[in-house]
Amino acid sequence: MAAVDTTNPEAGPPKIALWNDPQARALFFQIIVLGGLLILGAFIVKNTMDNLERAGIASGFGFLNTTAGFAIGYSPFVHYDEKNTYLMSLTVGLLNTLLVAGLGIFFATIFGFIVGIARLSSNWLVAKMALVYIETMRNIPLLLQIFVWYFGVLRQLPGPRQSVVFSDTFFLNIRGLFSPKPLPQDGFSIVAVVFVIAIFGSIALNIWAKKRQNETGRIFPAISTSIALLIVLPLIAAALTGFPLLWEYPVLKGFNFRGGLEIPPELVSLTLALSTYTGAFIAENVRSGITSVNKGQTEAAYALGLRPGQTLRLVVIPQALRVIIPPVTSQYLNLTKNSSLAAAIAYPDIVLVFGGTVLMQTGQAVEIIAIVMAFYLFVSLVISMFMNWYNQKMALVER
Amino acid sequence: MNALPHDSEPGHHPDLAPPATNTGVVGWMKENLFSSPANAVLTLIAAYLIYALVPPVLNYFILDAVWLGDNSDVCRNETGGPIAAACWPFVKVWFKALMFYRYPTEELWRIYITYILFAGSLLALVLPGVPGKKWVALFLLTVFPVLCFYLYLGGSFGLARVETADWGGLFLTLVISVTGIVVSLPVGIILALGRRSKMPVVKAVCVAFIELWRGVPLITVLFMASVMFPLFMPEGVTFDKLLRVLIGVSLFSAAYMAEVVRGGLQAIPKGQFEGAMALGLNFPKMMVFIVMPQALKIVIPGIVNTFIGLFKDTTLVSVVGLFDFLGTVQSASSNPDWLGFLNTGYAFAALIYWIFCFSMSQYSQHIERKLHTGH
Repeated sequence: MAAVDTTNPEAGPPKIALWNDPQARALFFQIIVLGGLLILGAFIVKNTMDNLERAGIASGFGFLNTTAGFAIGYSPFVHYDEKNTYLMSLTVGLLNTLLVAGLGIFFATIFGFIVGIARLSSNWLVAKMALVYIETMRNIPLLLQIFVWYFGVLRQLPGPRQSVVFSDTFFLNIRGLFSPKPLPQDGFSIVAVVFVIAIFGSIALNIWAKKRQNETGRIFPAISTSIALLIVLPLIAAALTGFPLLWEYPVLKGFNFRGGLEIPPELVSLTLALSTYTGAFIAENVRSGITSVNKGQTEAAYALGLRPGQTLRLVVIPQALRVIIPPVTSQYLNLTKNSSLAAAIAYPDIVLVFGGTVLMQTGQAVEIIAIVMAFYLFVSLVISMFMNWYNQKMALVER
Repeated sequence: MNALPHDSEPGHHPDLAPPATNTGVVGWMKENLFSSPANAVLTLIAAYLIYALVPPVLNYFILDAVWLGDNSDVCRNETGGPIAAACWPFVKVWFKALMFYRYPTEELWRIYITYILFAGSLLALVLPGVPGKKWVALFLLTVFPVLCFYLYLGGSFGLARVETADWGGLFLTLVISVTGIVVSLPVGIILALGRRSKMPVVKAVCVAFIELWRGVPLITVLFMASVMFPLFMPEGVTFDKLLRVLIGVSLFSAAYMAEVVRGGLQAIPKGQFEGAMALGLNFPKMMVFIVMPQALKIVIPGIVNTFIGLFKDTTLVSVVGLFDFLGTVQSASSNPDWLGFLNTGYAFAALIYWIFCFSMSQYSQHIERKLHTGH
């Protein structure tokens, strides 16, 4: 030790000037950034306060409890009329956004997977058609596609009397899409309870089957059994209670349809545009996911004696999903954010109802924009958290 | 060698051409369209779909369409209603409005000059083997925007002033998207560096900024820009509507650009940073001379893709009352003389947007293939 210790212990590390010390510099820089932000924030807050005061607008969220005084064209989940408060109109807009985003995600996933697989088809015609679909959809702005569906297609449909009819149950006309509406009767709750029991039963069955396969290697046809369980049990319950579900069909009375489920053209066109547009992006993600699985994996599975269906289900898809899920998550997020384009065709979503009408009526710009942005941030967070959880679950399949 | 198969000795069969059903068109069809019964069914379904979709579309937009004329009368049937086909004189009559909206016709040369300059510099950047790409890029990012600003707005150097309320059409779409990308590139680089910084305050600020903008839809950003920016300013300071939208769009795309650039930074091996530090370069020099040239080259496809997204997203500005390309199409179609020709307008808009976006995405894929030389 003594031989190594040739330097003077009193000297310590070499002295550096304060402005050359990385730590001091970092501290200094961060103080400047923070200070600058605080000054900017104070400037903005002060100006906003002054401006609001001058315009005679009280800040705060008290306005939410005032009567709204305007009607909303479409509110499928909760009752809403002019006498309700702004809080209620926020709820309606929020639910409408969630409705269109949910429908869009559902259909976009179906479209995306079909087109993505078609894109990889060994059938030349099918593959090329999928390619044309993808390249057309991806390269035309979504707003234009919404306009085409809404103004170009649905708004040019004939009136209710000349509706486009699908097998006498669905009617499409300028007022929207009319479909039969399920009417639960007495005893429907029993069927619902049986269905829930069937769901839990099949989950338990799957867990048991997996455990048995891990221990003994014997395969139990869990998936087909669960499907049978899910269909047969509620069917038996329904038969015993005398099929307690009636369908209310839309009927043409006078100039419009009465009864049934009325889906406004705004919702139809928005759902169509969002799902076909996002579907094209998902298709590309699906394609790249499937091509990312090495061909050797398929060949090895065949060599082990797995049938093509099993190969796909047990070998290719679990590996492809790991590549597919992250980009598809961001597509879901994009779809949810893009659903705000509803405002352009007057579908009463949160942006139109709250960021539009309520803002115009109250002038509470700061609060309203903050609520709308917070809502989207929250939804983004929830979707990405859910998909992260699912992604982790899938990633564990690896080894 | 001309002997027939049964004439030849065992083991000395000549090489014969494959059967006619395995070559040429028939063989190709057999392999690619009818390789199995399921494939044959798919082919038939696809062929039916094409038969059902393509001829009507072709008829509507090309064969039955009216191509010549100077007013909407040529597109009307005996009863005065619009014909059931595309009416291309719509585009001819409204062409100037769709391209430039109300920008004065006698001042259009200013826009043309910048278009030519822009196209020329872009060509120089894109074509391989053109020298001085760095200087062209620098010109596009610094001198060109300033030049455009003075030329478009006028009011100085003896040019007549053209209010931004008169800007519109495809011109405005290009102004907004190009401004967005030019501003968002440097801001995005700074944000990406901040996000990777070891300074906690800087990192937190950058992460919060990026995630906030990426989490909300552009339409709320535009609403914010149009209703909240005026509130933020002291009394008497007014912002031009276009300027507000430009700021909103730039901040929004800067957040996306930051993530693209961060991807590039992450792809640079640590040795490059360490090597630069070992050579005694300070942080700015390390970034400018060593890291950024490599990182930005990798993310060119990502930047182009961001630009495509931004280009398509500019359509949203019509929601806050600016007349971009789609907005002018929409307003031209609602002109009383031209009611009923909406589809023509949409088809034209779709075609233009498609050409722009498709060519850009092809370029980005080309670059990606060129960069992907590893294996």
